[in-house]
Amino acid sequence: MNIYAMRAIYHFEMARTFRAPLQSIASPVISTILYFVVFGSAIGSRMTMIDSVPYGVFIVPGLIMLTVIMQSVANASFGIYFPKYLGTIYEPLSAPISPWEMVIGYVGAATTKSIALGLIILAVSFLFVPITILHPFVMLLFLFITSFAFSLLGFIIGICARNFEQLNIVPTLILTPLVFLGGSFYSIKILPPIWQTITLFNPALYLISGFRWAFFGVSDVPVTLSLAAIGFFSILLFGIVSWIFSSGYRLRN
Amino acid sequence: MKPIIEIQALTKQYADGYLALDDVSVQINAGEIIALLGPNGAGKTTLISIICGLTTITSGSVGIAGFDVVRDYRKARSIIGLVPQELTLEPFETVLGTVNLSRGLFGKKQDKAHIESTLRQLSLWDRRNTQIRELSGGTKRRVLIAKALSHDPKILFLDEPTAGVDVDMRRDTWTVIKDLKRRGVTIVLTTHYIEEAEEIADRVAVINSGKIILIEEKNELMKRLGTKQLRIELERPISEIPESLRGFDVQFENGGARLVYRYDANRKQNDVHSVLEILTAEHIAIKDVQTYQSSLEDIFVSLVAEGRSS
Ligand SMILES: Nc1ncnc2c1ncn2[C@@H]1O[C@H](COP(=O)(O)OP(=O)(O)O)[C@@H](O)[C@H]1O
Ligand SMILES: [Mg+2]
Repeated sequence: MNIYAMRAIYHFEMARTFRAPLQSIASPVISTILYFVVFGSAIGSRMTMIDSVPYGVFIVPGLIMLTVIMQSVANASFGIYFPKYLGTIYEPLSAPISPWEMVIGYVGAATTKSIALGLIILAVSFLFVPITILHPFVMLLFLFITSFAFSLLGFIIGICARNFEQLNIVPTLILTPLVFLGGSFYSIKILPPIWQTITLFNPALYLISGFRWAFFGVSDVPVTLSLAAIGFFSILLFGIVSWIFSSGYRLRN
Repeated sequence: MKPIIEIQALTKQYADGYLALDDVSVQINAGEIIALLGPNGAGKTTLISIICGLTTITSGSVGIAGFDVVRDYRKARSIIGLVPQELTLEPFETVLGTVNLSRGLFGKKQDKAHIESTLRQLSLWDRRNTQIRELSGGTKRRVLIAKALSHDPKILFLDEPTAGVDVDMRRDTWTVIKDLKRRGVTIVLTTHYIEEAEEIADRVAVINSGKIILIEEKNELMKRLGTKQLRIELERPISEIPESLRGFDVQFENGGARLVYRYDANRKQNDVHSVLEILTAEHIAIKDVQTYQSSLEDIFVSLVAEGRSS
Protein backbone atom coordinates (compact mmCIF):
# COMPACT_ATOMS: atom_id res chain seq x y z
CA MET A 1 0.00 0.00 0.00
CA ASN A 2 1.20 3.45 -0.87
CA ILE A 3 0.24 5.35 2.27
CA TYR A 4 2.27 8.40 1.31
CA ALA A 5 0.44 8.73 -1.98
CA MET A 6 -3.00 8.58 -0.36
CA ARG A 7 -1.88 11.14 2.17
CA ALA A 8 -0.43 13.38 -0.54
CA ILE A 9 -3.64 13.36 -2.59
CA TYR A 10 -5.72 13.92 0.53
CA HIS A 11 -3.64 16.90 1.65
CA PHE A 12 -3.55 18.37 -1.83
CA GLU A 13 -7.34 18.17 -2.12
CA MET A 14 -7.87 19.62 1.35
CA ALA A 15 -5.49 22.46 0.50
CA ARG A 16 -7.65 23.23 -2.53
CA THR A 17 -10.52 23.95 -0.13
CA PHE A 18 -8.52 26.32 1.97
CA ARG A 19 -7.22 28.12 -1.09
CA ALA A 20 -10.77 29.12 -1.92
CA PRO A 21 -12.53 29.23 1.47
CA LEU A 22 -15.15 31.63 0.21
CA GLN A 23 -16.32 29.24 -2.46
CA SER A 24 -15.93 26.02 -0.53
CA ILE A 25 -17.19 26.99 2.90
CA ALA A 26 -18.79 30.42 2.98
CA SER A 27 -21.10 29.99 0.02
CA PRO A 28 -22.86 26.80 1.18
CA VAL A 29 -23.18 28.27 4.67
CA ILE A 30 -24.72 31.46 3.33
CA SER A 31 -27.21 29.62 1.17
CA THR A 32 -28.22 27.52 4.15
CA ILE A 33 -28.82 30.65 6.20
CA LEU A 34 -31.00 31.98 3.39
CA TYR A 35 -33.08 28.79 3.49
CA PHE A 36 -33.52 29.31 7.22
CA VAL A 37 -34.64 32.87 6.77
CA VAL A 38 -37.05 32.05 3.96
CA PHE A 39 -38.42 28.65 4.95
CA GLY A 40 -37.83 28.66 8.67
CA SER A 41 -38.72 32.17 9.75
CA ALA A 42 -40.78 33.76 6.98
CA ILE A 43 -42.86 30.81 5.85
CA GLY A 44 -42.31 28.56 8.85
CA SER A 45 -44.00 30.99 11.24
CA ARG A 46 -47.25 30.34 9.39
CA MET A 47 -46.79 26.57 9.31
CA THR A 48 -48.12 24.14 11.86
CA MET A 49 -45.90 21.75 13.74
CA ILE A 50 -44.90 18.57 11.90
CA ASP A 51 -44.79 15.45 14.06
CA SER A 52 -44.92 17.83 17.04
CA VAL A 53 -41.70 19.49 15.91
CA PRO A 54 -41.78 23.23 15.05
CA TYR A 55 -41.29 23.72 11.31
CA GLY A 56 -38.10 25.79 11.64
CA VAL A 57 -36.49 22.94 13.58
CA PHE A 58 -38.00 20.26 11.39
CA ILE A 59 -36.16 21.45 8.29
CA VAL A 60 -32.69 21.42 9.88
CA PRO A 61 -31.83 17.77 9.03
CA GLY A 62 -33.17 18.19 5.51
CA LEU A 63 -31.10 21.33 4.99
CA ILE A 64 -27.96 19.62 6.20
CA MET A 65 -28.61 16.62 3.96
CA LEU A 66 -29.28 18.85 0.98
CA THR A 67 -25.95 20.65 1.40
CA VAL A 68 -23.98 17.53 2.26
CA ILE A 69 -25.29 15.60 -0.74
CA MET A 70 -24.79 18.41 -3.23
CA GLN A 71 -21.37 19.40 -1.89
CA SER A 72 -20.10 15.81 -1.75
CA VAL A 73 -20.94 15.30 -5.39
CA ALA A 74 -19.63 18.73 -6.40
CA ASN A 75 -16.33 18.42 -4.52
CA ALA A 76 -15.51 14.86 -5.46
CA SER A 77 -16.50 15.22 -9.11
CA PHE A 78 -14.53 18.44 -9.47
CA GLY A 79 -11.56 16.98 -7.59
CA ILE A 80 -11.03 14.27 -10.17
CA TYR A 81 -12.40 16.05 -13.23
CA PHE A 82 -10.23 19.16 -12.90
CA PRO A 83 -6.89 17.25 -13.10
CA LYS A 84 -8.34 15.39 -16.06
CA TYR A 85 -9.25 18.69 -17.69
CA LEU A 86 -5.86 20.27 -16.94
CA GLY A 87 -3.91 17.15 -17.88
CA THR A 88 -2.28 16.97 -14.44
CA ILE A 89 -3.92 13.58 -14.01
CA TYR A 90 -0.85 12.21 -15.80
CA GLU A 91 0.95 12.25 -12.49
CA PRO A 92 -1.25 10.04 -10.30
CA LEU A 93 -1.68 7.78 -13.32
CA SER A 94 2.07 7.34 -13.71
CA ALA A 95 2.64 6.97 -9.97
CA PRO A 96 2.95 3.63 -8.19
CA ILE A 97 -0.57 3.72 -6.81
CA SER A 98 -3.60 1.52 -7.31
CA PRO A 99 -6.95 2.91 -8.45
CA TRP A 100 -8.43 2.22 -5.02
CA GLU A 101 -5.70 4.22 -3.34
CA MET A 102 -6.66 7.08 -5.62
CA VAL A 103 -10.28 6.67 -4.53
CA ILE A 104 -9.28 6.81 -0.87
CA GLY A 105 -7.30 10.00 -1.43
CA TYR A 106 -9.87 11.86 -3.53
CA VAL A 107 -13.07 10.52 -1.99
CA GLY A 108 -11.59 10.70 1.51
CA ALA A 109 -10.88 14.41 1.08
CA ALA A 110 -14.34 15.12 -0.36
CA THR A 111 -15.95 13.15 2.49
CA THR A 112 -14.02 15.09 5.12
CA LYS A 113 -15.09 18.40 3.62
CA SER A 114 -18.74 17.39 3.52
CA ILE A 115 -18.77 16.18 7.10
CA ALA A 116 -17.11 19.40 8.22
CA LEU A 117 -19.60 21.42 6.25
CA GLY A 118 -22.53 19.45 7.69
CA LEU A 119 -21.29 20.14 11.21
CA ILE A 120 -20.77 23.84 10.45
CA ILE A 121 -24.32 24.13 9.17
CA LEU A 122 -25.59 22.33 12.24
CA ALA A 123 -23.70 24.80 14.40
CA VAL A 124 -25.16 27.71 12.44
CA SER A 125 -28.66 26.24 12.89
CA PHE A 126 -28.28 26.49 16.65
CA LEU A 127 -28.13 30.24 16.20
CA PHE A 128 -31.61 30.25 14.63
CA VAL A 129 -33.60 27.53 16.33
CA PRO A 130 -33.43 25.41 19.48
CA ILE A 131 -32.41 21.89 18.48
CA THR A 132 -32.02 18.73 20.47
CA ILE A 133 -30.42 15.67 18.97
CA LEU A 134 -31.89 12.47 20.37
CA HIS A 135 -29.39 10.07 18.80
CA PRO A 136 -26.14 11.95 18.15
CA PHE A 137 -24.13 8.86 17.14
CA VAL A 138 -26.70 7.73 14.63
CA MET A 139 -26.73 11.30 13.36
CA LEU A 140 -22.94 11.21 12.87
CA LEU A 141 -23.18 7.78 11.26
CA PHE A 142 -25.71 9.04 8.73
CA LEU A 143 -23.63 12.13 8.11
CA PHE A 144 -20.57 10.00 7.49
CA ILE A 145 -22.17 7.40 5.24
CA THR A 146 -24.02 10.02 3.22
CA SER A 147 -20.90 12.12 2.71
CA PHE A 148 -18.91 9.08 1.70
CA ALA A 149 -21.50 7.56 -0.62
CA PHE A 150 -22.19 10.80 -2.47
CA SER A 151 -18.48 11.62 -2.71
CA LEU A 152 -18.07 8.22 -4.33
CA LEU A 153 -20.89 9.10 -6.70
CA GLY A 154 -19.15 12.40 -7.44
CA PHE A 155 -15.91 10.56 -8.17
CA ILE A 156 -17.73 8.36 -10.69
CA ILE A 157 -19.32 11.40 -12.33
CA GLY A 158 -15.95 13.17 -12.51
CA ILE A 159 -14.28 10.14 -14.10
CA CYS A 160 -17.01 9.74 -16.69
CA ALA A 161 -17.59 13.41 -17.54
CA ARG A 162 -16.07 14.62 -20.78
CA ASN A 163 -16.81 18.31 -20.22
CA PHE A 164 -18.02 20.71 -17.55
CA GLU A 165 -21.58 20.44 -18.78
CA GLN A 166 -21.70 16.69 -18.21
CA LEU A 167 -20.25 17.31 -14.78
CA ASN A 168 -23.35 19.30 -13.87
CA ILE A 169 -26.01 17.15 -15.51
CA VAL A 170 -26.42 14.61 -12.72
CA PRO A 171 -26.47 17.13 -9.84
CA THR A 172 -28.91 19.54 -11.46
CA LEU A 173 -31.18 17.18 -13.35
CA ILE A 174 -31.28 14.23 -10.96
CA LEU A 175 -29.97 14.99 -7.49
CA THR A 176 -31.56 18.36 -6.80
CA PRO A 177 -35.10 17.19 -7.71
CA LEU A 178 -34.67 13.93 -5.78
CA VAL A 179 -33.47 15.67 -2.64
CA PHE A 180 -36.15 18.38 -2.78
CA LEU A 181 -38.92 15.86 -3.46
CA GLY A 182 -37.52 13.41 -0.91
CA GLY A 183 -38.93 15.41 1.99
CA SER A 184 -36.14 17.86 2.82
CA PHE A 185 -38.70 20.49 3.74
CA TYR A 186 -41.79 18.45 4.55
CA SER A 187 -42.94 15.12 5.83
CA ILE A 188 -44.36 12.96 3.09
CA LYS A 189 -47.34 12.37 5.36
CA ILE A 190 -48.71 15.70 4.20
CA LEU A 191 -48.81 14.41 0.59
CA PRO A 192 -51.82 12.73 -1.03
CA PRO A 193 -51.55 8.90 -0.71
CA ILE A 194 -50.60 8.34 -4.33
CA TRP A 195 -47.65 10.74 -4.05
CA GLN A 196 -46.60 9.13 -0.80
CA THR A 197 -46.33 5.80 -2.63
CA ILE A 198 -44.39 7.36 -5.51
CA THR A 199 -42.00 9.05 -3.09
CA LEU A 200 -41.13 5.66 -1.60
CA PHE A 201 -39.16 5.05 -4.81
CA ASN A 202 -37.02 8.13 -4.17
CA PRO A 203 -33.76 7.01 -2.53
CA ALA A 204 -33.22 10.48 -1.01
CA LEU A 205 -36.30 9.96 1.15
CA TYR A 206 -34.60 7.16 3.09
CA LEU A 207 -31.55 9.28 3.81
CA ILE A 208 -33.44 12.34 4.93
CA SER A 209 -35.94 10.34 6.94
CA GLY A 210 -33.23 8.39 8.74
CA PHE A 211 -31.23 11.51 9.45
CA ARG A 212 -34.31 13.24 10.82
CA TRP A 213 -35.02 10.24 13.04
CA ALA A 214 -31.57 10.70 14.59
CA PHE A 215 -32.63 14.23 15.56
CA PHE A 216 -36.27 13.92 16.58
CA GLY A 217 -37.02 10.21 16.84
CA VAL A 218 -39.72 10.54 14.20
CA SER A 219 -39.45 9.41 10.59
CA ASP A 220 -41.35 8.74 7.39
CA VAL A 221 -39.83 5.26 6.97
CA PRO A 222 -38.29 2.98 9.63
CA VAL A 223 -34.70 3.94 10.41
CA THR A 224 -33.45 0.40 9.77
CA LEU A 225 -34.84 0.63 6.26
CA SER A 226 -32.98 3.91 5.85
CA LEU A 227 -29.69 2.31 6.89
CA ALA A 228 -30.29 -0.67 4.61
CA ALA A 229 -31.02 1.67 1.71
CA ILE A 230 -27.87 3.76 2.10
CA GLY A 231 -25.84 0.57 2.61
CA PHE A 232 -27.23 -0.88 -0.59
CA PHE A 233 -26.54 2.38 -2.43
CA SER A 234 -22.90 2.39 -1.25
CA ILE A 235 -22.36 -1.20 -2.38
CA LEU A 236 -23.86 -0.36 -5.76
CA LEU A 237 -21.44 2.57 -6.11
CA PHE A 238 -18.48 0.38 -5.14
CA GLY A 239 -19.55 -2.05 -7.84
CA ILE A 240 -19.67 0.72 -10.44
CA VAL A 241 -16.23 2.00 -9.43
CA SER A 242 -14.73 -1.51 -9.68
CA TRP A 243 -16.27 -1.97 -13.08
CA ILE A 244 -14.91 1.38 -14.30
CA PHE A 245 -11.42 0.48 -13.06
CA SER A 246 -11.45 -2.98 -14.60
CA SER A 247 -12.37 -1.47 -17.96
CA GLY A 248 -9.36 0.87 -18.01
CA TYR A 249 -11.42 3.50 -16.21
CA ARG A 250 -11.63 5.98 -19.00
CA LEU A 251 -8.38 7.63 -18.02
CA ARG A 252 -5.87 5.58 -19.97
CA ASN A 253 -5.91 5.35 -23.76
CA MET B 1 25.15 -5.52 -18.02
CA LYS B 2 21.41 -6.06 -18.02
CA PRO B 3 19.49 -3.19 -19.63
CA ILE B 4 17.42 -1.07 -17.25
CA ILE B 5 14.65 -0.68 -19.81
CA GLU B 6 13.68 -3.57 -22.03
CA ILE B 7 11.05 -2.93 -24.66
CA GLN B 8 10.03 -6.03 -26.52
CA ALA B 9 7.91 -6.20 -29.68
CA LEU B 10 5.79 -3.33 -28.45
CA THR B 11 2.75 -2.50 -30.54
CA LYS B 12 0.12 0.13 -29.84
CA GLN B 13 -3.11 0.48 -31.70
CA TYR B 14 -5.38 3.28 -30.47
CA ALA B 15 -9.11 2.78 -30.09
CA ASP B 16 -9.68 4.47 -33.46
CA GLY B 17 -7.53 1.81 -35.12
CA TYR B 18 -4.46 4.00 -35.61
CA LEU B 19 -1.21 2.03 -35.33
CA ALA B 20 1.02 4.36 -33.33
CA LEU B 21 3.77 1.85 -32.48
CA ASP B 22 4.63 -1.06 -34.69
CA ASP B 23 6.74 -3.86 -33.21
CA VAL B 24 9.21 -1.67 -31.32
CA SER B 25 12.09 -3.36 -29.50
CA VAL B 26 14.69 -1.26 -27.71
CA GLN B 27 17.05 -1.90 -24.84
CA ILE B 28 18.29 1.01 -22.79
CA ASN B 29 21.28 0.70 -20.50
CA ALA B 30 21.54 2.07 -17.01
CA GLY B 31 23.24 5.45 -16.90
CA GLU B 32 22.98 6.36 -20.54
CA ILE B 33 21.28 9.28 -22.22
CA ILE B 34 19.24 8.15 -25.17
CA ALA B 35 17.56 10.57 -27.54
CA LEU B 36 14.43 9.50 -29.36
CA LEU B 37 14.49 11.54 -32.49
CA GLY B 38 11.50 11.74 -34.78
CA PRO B 39 9.08 14.06 -36.54
CA ASN B 40 5.70 15.00 -35.07
CA GLY B 41 3.32 12.07 -34.85
CA ALA B 42 6.14 9.52 -35.01
CA GLY B 43 5.02 7.84 -31.80
CA LYS B 44 7.53 9.26 -29.30
CA THR B 45 4.96 10.38 -26.73
CA THR B 46 3.03 7.14 -27.17
CA LEU B 47 6.16 5.12 -26.39
CA ILE B 48 6.94 7.14 -23.26
CA SER B 49 3.30 7.04 -22.15
CA ILE B 50 3.25 3.27 -22.34
CA ILE B 51 6.43 2.91 -20.33
CA CYS B 52 5.09 5.29 -17.66
CA GLY B 53 1.69 3.62 -17.45
CA LEU B 54 -0.43 6.35 -19.05
CA THR B 55 -1.34 4.34 -22.10
CA THR B 56 -2.28 0.68 -22.36
CA ILE B 57 -0.28 -1.86 -24.34
CA THR B 58 -1.81 -3.58 -27.36
CA SER B 59 0.88 -6.27 -27.50
CA GLY B 60 4.47 -6.76 -26.42
CA SER B 61 6.02 -5.87 -23.09
CA VAL B 62 8.10 -3.32 -21.24
CA GLY B 63 10.39 -4.17 -18.33
CA ILE B 64 11.90 -1.64 -15.95
CA ALA B 65 14.85 -3.00 -13.96
CA GLY B 66 13.34 -6.43 -14.49
CA PHE B 67 9.81 -5.44 -13.44
CA ASP B 68 6.99 -5.61 -15.95
CA VAL B 69 5.25 -2.22 -16.23
CA VAL B 70 1.81 -3.82 -16.13
CA ARG B 71 2.19 -6.70 -13.68
CA ASP B 72 4.73 -5.10 -11.34
CA TYR B 73 3.62 -1.53 -11.91
CA ARG B 74 4.39 -0.37 -8.39
CA LYS B 75 8.03 -1.42 -8.50
CA ALA B 76 8.48 -0.34 -12.10
CA ARG B 77 6.92 3.11 -11.69
CA SER B 78 8.53 3.95 -8.37
CA ILE B 79 11.92 4.44 -10.02
CA ILE B 80 10.62 6.49 -12.96
CA GLY B 81 10.25 10.25 -13.28
CA LEU B 82 8.28 11.77 -16.15
CA VAL B 83 8.43 15.28 -17.56
CA PRO B 84 5.46 15.46 -19.91
CA GLN B 85 5.41 17.29 -23.22
CA GLU B 86 2.61 19.67 -22.28
CA LEU B 87 2.94 22.22 -19.47
CA THR B 88 0.30 20.58 -17.32
CA LEU B 89 0.21 22.08 -13.82
CA GLU B 90 -2.43 23.22 -11.33
CA PRO B 91 -2.49 27.01 -11.80
CA PHE B 92 -3.36 27.93 -8.20
CA GLU B 93 -0.94 25.57 -6.51
CA THR B 94 2.46 26.79 -5.32
CA VAL B 95 5.74 25.42 -6.62
CA LEU B 96 6.56 23.79 -3.30
CA GLY B 97 3.04 22.37 -2.90
CA THR B 98 3.05 20.67 -6.25
CA VAL B 99 6.57 19.28 -5.83
CA ASN B 100 5.65 17.86 -2.42
CA LEU B 101 2.58 16.24 -3.95
CA SER B 102 4.78 14.50 -6.52
CA ARG B 103 7.11 13.06 -3.92
CA GLY B 104 4.19 11.70 -1.92
CA LEU B 105 2.52 10.20 -4.98
CA PHE B 106 5.64 8.19 -5.64
CA GLY B 107 5.53 6.74 -2.16
CA LYS B 108 8.30 8.70 -0.49
CA LYS B 109 8.30 10.35 2.88
CA GLN B 110 8.57 14.14 2.82
CA ASP B 111 12.21 15.21 2.68
CA LYS B 112 12.73 18.96 3.02
CA ALA B 113 16.45 18.83 2.32
CA HIS B 114 16.08 16.86 -0.88
CA ILE B 115 13.27 19.08 -2.15
CA GLU B 116 15.29 22.17 -1.33
CA SER B 117 18.36 20.95 -3.20
CA THR B 118 16.24 19.92 -6.19
CA LEU B 119 14.58 23.33 -6.31
CA ARG B 120 17.90 25.11 -5.90
CA GLN B 121 19.47 23.09 -8.67
CA LEU B 122 16.68 24.24 -10.99
CA SER B 123 16.81 27.86 -9.73
CA LEU B 124 13.31 27.52 -8.32
CA TRP B 125 14.01 27.88 -4.62
CA ASP B 126 13.34 31.62 -4.56
CA ARG B 127 10.02 31.03 -6.24
CA ARG B 128 8.91 28.13 -4.08
CA ASN B 129 5.89 29.97 -2.67
CA THR B 130 4.79 31.45 -5.97
CA GLN B 131 1.59 30.27 -7.59
CA ILE B 132 2.20 28.40 -10.80
CA ARG B 133 -0.03 30.62 -12.92
CA GLU B 134 2.40 33.49 -12.30
CA LEU B 135 5.37 31.65 -13.83
CA SER B 136 6.68 31.88 -17.38
CA GLY B 137 6.61 28.90 -19.71
CA GLY B 138 10.28 28.14 -19.20
CA THR B 139 9.94 28.24 -15.42
CA LYS B 140 6.89 25.98 -15.57
CA ARG B 141 8.96 23.48 -17.51
CA ARG B 142 11.53 23.57 -14.71
CA VAL B 143 8.77 22.97 -12.16
CA LEU B 144 7.79 19.88 -14.13
CA ILE B 145 11.39 18.71 -14.02
CA ALA B 146 11.52 19.35 -10.27
CA LYS B 147 8.34 17.33 -9.79
CA ALA B 148 9.81 14.45 -11.77
CA LEU B 149 12.99 14.56 -9.69
CA SER B 150 11.24 14.95 -6.35
CA HIS B 151 11.34 11.23 -5.59
CA ASP B 152 14.89 10.56 -6.79
CA PRO B 153 14.08 8.45 -9.85
CA LYS B 154 16.64 6.17 -11.44
CA ILE B 155 15.16 6.79 -14.87
CA LEU B 156 13.98 10.15 -16.16
CA PHE B 157 11.81 10.61 -19.22
CA LEU B 158 11.79 14.03 -20.80
CA ASP B 159 9.24 14.49 -23.56
CA GLU B 160 10.48 17.34 -25.75
CA PRO B 161 12.02 19.22 -22.84
CA THR B 162 13.21 22.12 -24.95
CA ALA B 163 10.40 22.53 -27.44
CA GLY B 164 9.53 26.19 -27.72
CA VAL B 165 12.18 27.20 -25.21
CA ASP B 166 14.76 29.96 -25.78
CA VAL B 167 18.43 29.24 -26.34
CA ASP B 168 19.62 30.06 -22.81
CA MET B 169 16.93 27.96 -21.25
CA ARG B 170 17.81 25.10 -23.58
CA ARG B 171 21.45 25.24 -22.48
CA ASP B 172 20.36 25.27 -18.83
CA THR B 173 18.22 22.22 -19.39
CA TRP B 174 21.15 20.43 -21.01
CA THR B 175 23.32 21.27 -18.02
CA VAL B 176 20.73 19.78 -15.68
CA ILE B 177 20.48 16.65 -17.80
CA LYS B 178 24.24 16.17 -17.94
CA ASP B 179 24.39 16.67 -14.20
CA LEU B 180 21.79 13.98 -13.64
CA LYS B 181 23.72 11.61 -15.85
CA ARG B 182 26.78 12.21 -13.71
CA ARG B 183 24.70 11.12 -10.73
CA GLY B 184 23.85 7.89 -12.53
CA VAL B 185 20.33 8.67 -13.71
CA THR B 186 19.28 7.01 -16.96
CA ILE B 187 17.74 9.58 -19.28
CA VAL B 188 15.37 9.07 -22.18
CA LEU B 189 14.49 12.24 -24.01
CA THR B 190 12.47 12.87 -27.12
CA THR B 191 13.24 15.70 -29.40
CA HIS B 192 12.93 16.81 -32.93
CA TYR B 193 16.01 19.01 -32.63
CA ILE B 194 18.93 17.14 -34.09
CA GLU B 195 21.26 19.59 -32.40
CA GLU B 196 19.93 18.47 -29.05
CA ALA B 197 20.59 14.82 -29.75
CA GLU B 198 24.10 15.71 -30.94
CA GLU B 199 24.79 17.76 -27.86
CA ILE B 200 23.80 15.45 -25.05
CA ALA B 201 22.89 11.94 -26.17
CA ASP B 202 25.05 8.85 -25.82
CA ARG B 203 22.82 7.00 -28.22
CA VAL B 204 20.30 8.13 -30.77
CA ALA B 205 17.20 6.23 -31.83
CA VAL B 206 15.32 7.51 -34.83
CA ILE B 207 11.60 6.77 -34.81
CA ASN B 208 9.17 7.34 -37.63
CA SER B 209 5.60 6.15 -38.21
CA GLY B 210 5.78 4.01 -35.10
CA LYS B 211 8.94 2.17 -36.13
CA ILE B 212 12.48 2.48 -34.83
CA ILE B 213 14.46 2.92 -38.00
CA LEU B 214 17.90 3.44 -36.52
CA ILE B 215 19.52 3.12 -33.15
CA GLU B 216 23.20 3.85 -32.83
CA GLU B 217 25.91 5.25 -30.61
CA LYS B 218 26.08 8.94 -31.22
CA ASN B 219 29.85 8.82 -31.65
CA GLU B 220 29.51 6.23 -34.40
CA LEU B 221 26.95 8.41 -36.04
CA MET B 222 29.16 11.45 -35.71
CA LYS B 223 32.01 9.56 -37.30
CA ARG B 224 29.80 8.89 -40.26
CA LEU B 225 28.89 12.54 -40.23
CA GLY B 226 32.52 13.51 -39.99
CA THR B 227 33.08 12.15 -43.46
CA LYS B 228 33.35 14.90 -46.02
CA GLN B 229 33.13 14.54 -49.72
CA LEU B 230 35.02 16.39 -52.38
CA ARG B 231 32.93 16.24 -55.54
CA ILE B 232 34.86 16.89 -58.68
CA GLU B 233 32.85 17.42 -61.86
CA LEU B 234 34.91 16.57 -64.93
CA GLU B 235 34.84 18.21 -68.36
CA ARG B 236 34.85 14.77 -70.02
CA PRO B 237 33.93 11.49 -68.38
CA ILE B 238 36.84 9.13 -67.80
CA SER B 239 36.65 5.36 -67.98
CA GLU B 240 39.18 4.49 -65.33
CA ILE B 241 40.53 5.98 -62.14
CA PRO B 242 44.16 7.00 -62.77
CA GLU B 243 46.83 4.74 -61.24
CA SER B 244 48.21 7.62 -59.19
CA LEU B 245 44.86 8.10 -57.37
CA ARG B 246 44.50 4.47 -56.31
CA GLY B 247 45.87 5.23 -52.85
CA PHE B 248 43.00 7.59 -52.12
CA ASP B 249 39.35 6.85 -51.36
CA VAL B 250 38.13 8.00 -54.74
CA GLN B 251 35.12 6.70 -56.58
CA PHE B 252 33.31 7.20 -59.85
CA GLU B 253 29.88 8.62 -59.97
CA ASN B 254 27.59 9.70 -62.75
CA GLY B 255 29.17 7.38 -65.33
CA GLY B 256 32.67 8.71 -64.84
CA ALA B 257 31.65 12.38 -65.14
CA ARG B 258 32.19 12.91 -61.42
CA LEU B 259 34.89 11.81 -59.03
CA VAL B 260 34.07 11.65 -55.34
CA TYR B 261 36.87 11.76 -52.82
CA ARG B 262 35.87 10.92 -49.24
CA TYR B 263 38.01 12.16 -46.39
CA ASP B 264 37.82 12.67 -42.66
CA ALA B 265 37.00 16.27 -41.92
CA ASN B 266 37.94 15.81 -38.28
CA ARG B 267 41.55 15.15 -39.22
CA LYS B 268 43.66 18.25 -39.47
CA GLN B 269 45.63 16.96 -42.38
CA ASN B 270 43.94 15.76 -45.50
CA ASP B 271 44.84 15.21 -49.08
CA VAL B 272 42.44 17.43 -50.95
CA HIS B 273 45.35 19.33 -52.27
CA SER B 274 47.18 16.18 -53.45
CA VAL B 275 44.10 14.81 -55.19
CA LEU B 276 43.62 18.02 -57.13
CA GLU B 277 47.30 18.17 -58.03
CA ILE B 278 47.30 14.63 -59.33
CA LEU B 279 44.29 15.36 -61.52
CA THR B 280 46.08 18.37 -62.98
CA ALA B 281 49.21 16.31 -63.59
CA GLU B 282 47.10 13.68 -65.33
CA HIS B 283 45.61 16.43 -67.56
CA ILE B 284 42.10 15.65 -66.42
CA ALA B 285 40.11 18.83 -66.91
CA ILE B 286 38.02 19.95 -63.97
CA LYS B 287 34.69 21.69 -64.56
CA ASP B 288 33.65 22.29 -60.99
CA VAL B 289 34.54 21.36 -57.42
CA GLN B 290 32.40 21.28 -54.32
CA THR B 291 32.72 19.87 -50.85
CA TYR B 292 29.83 18.29 -49.08
CA GLN B 293 29.29 17.23 -45.50
CA SER B 294 26.30 15.09 -44.55
CA SER B 295 24.74 15.96 -41.21
CA LEU B 296 22.62 14.00 -38.80
CA GLU B 297 19.84 15.96 -40.37
CA ASP B 298 20.55 14.44 -43.81
CA ILE B 299 20.63 10.96 -42.36
CA PHE B 300 17.45 11.69 -40.53
CA VAL B 301 15.69 13.11 -43.56
CA SER B 302 16.76 10.27 -45.80
CA LEU B 303 15.74 7.67 -43.23
CA VAL B 304 12.37 9.27 -42.78
CA ALA B 305 11.91 9.52 -46.54
CA GLU B 306 12.84 5.85 -46.92
CA GLY B 307 10.34 4.99 -44.23
CA ARG B 308 7.63 6.87 -46.12
CA SER B 309 8.25 5.29 -49.49
CA SER B 310 8.34 1.76 -48.13
N1 LIG C 1 -5.42 8.93 -27.98
C1 LIG C 1 -5.14 8.78 -29.27
N2 LIG C 1 -6.03 8.21 -30.10
C2 LIG C 1 -5.74 8.04 -31.41
N3 LIG C 1 -4.58 8.39 -31.98
C3 LIG C 1 -3.65 8.96 -31.20
C4 LIG C 1 -3.87 9.18 -29.81
N4 LIG C 1 -2.76 9.75 -29.30
C5 LIG C 1 -1.89 9.88 -30.31
N5 LIG C 1 -2.42 9.42 -31.46
C6 LIG C 1 -1.77 9.37 -32.78
O1 LIG C 1 -0.64 8.55 -32.69
C7 LIG C 1 0.43 9.10 -33.44
C8 LIG C 1 1.65 9.27 -32.58
O2 LIG C 1 1.44 10.30 -31.65
P1 LIG C 1 2.54 10.73 -30.60
O3 LIG C 1 3.02 9.52 -29.90
O4 LIG C 1 1.97 11.81 -29.78
O5 LIG C 1 3.69 11.29 -31.56
P2 LIG C 1 4.95 12.22 -31.22
O6 LIG C 1 5.06 12.36 -29.76
O7 LIG C 1 6.10 11.50 -31.84
O8 LIG C 1 4.70 13.52 -31.90
C9 LIG C 1 -0.07 10.42 -34.01
O9 LIG C 1 -0.43 10.21 -35.35
C10 LIG C 1 -1.27 10.74 -33.18
O10 LIG C 1 -2.24 11.42 -33.95
MG1 LIG D 1 5.01 13.99 -28.60
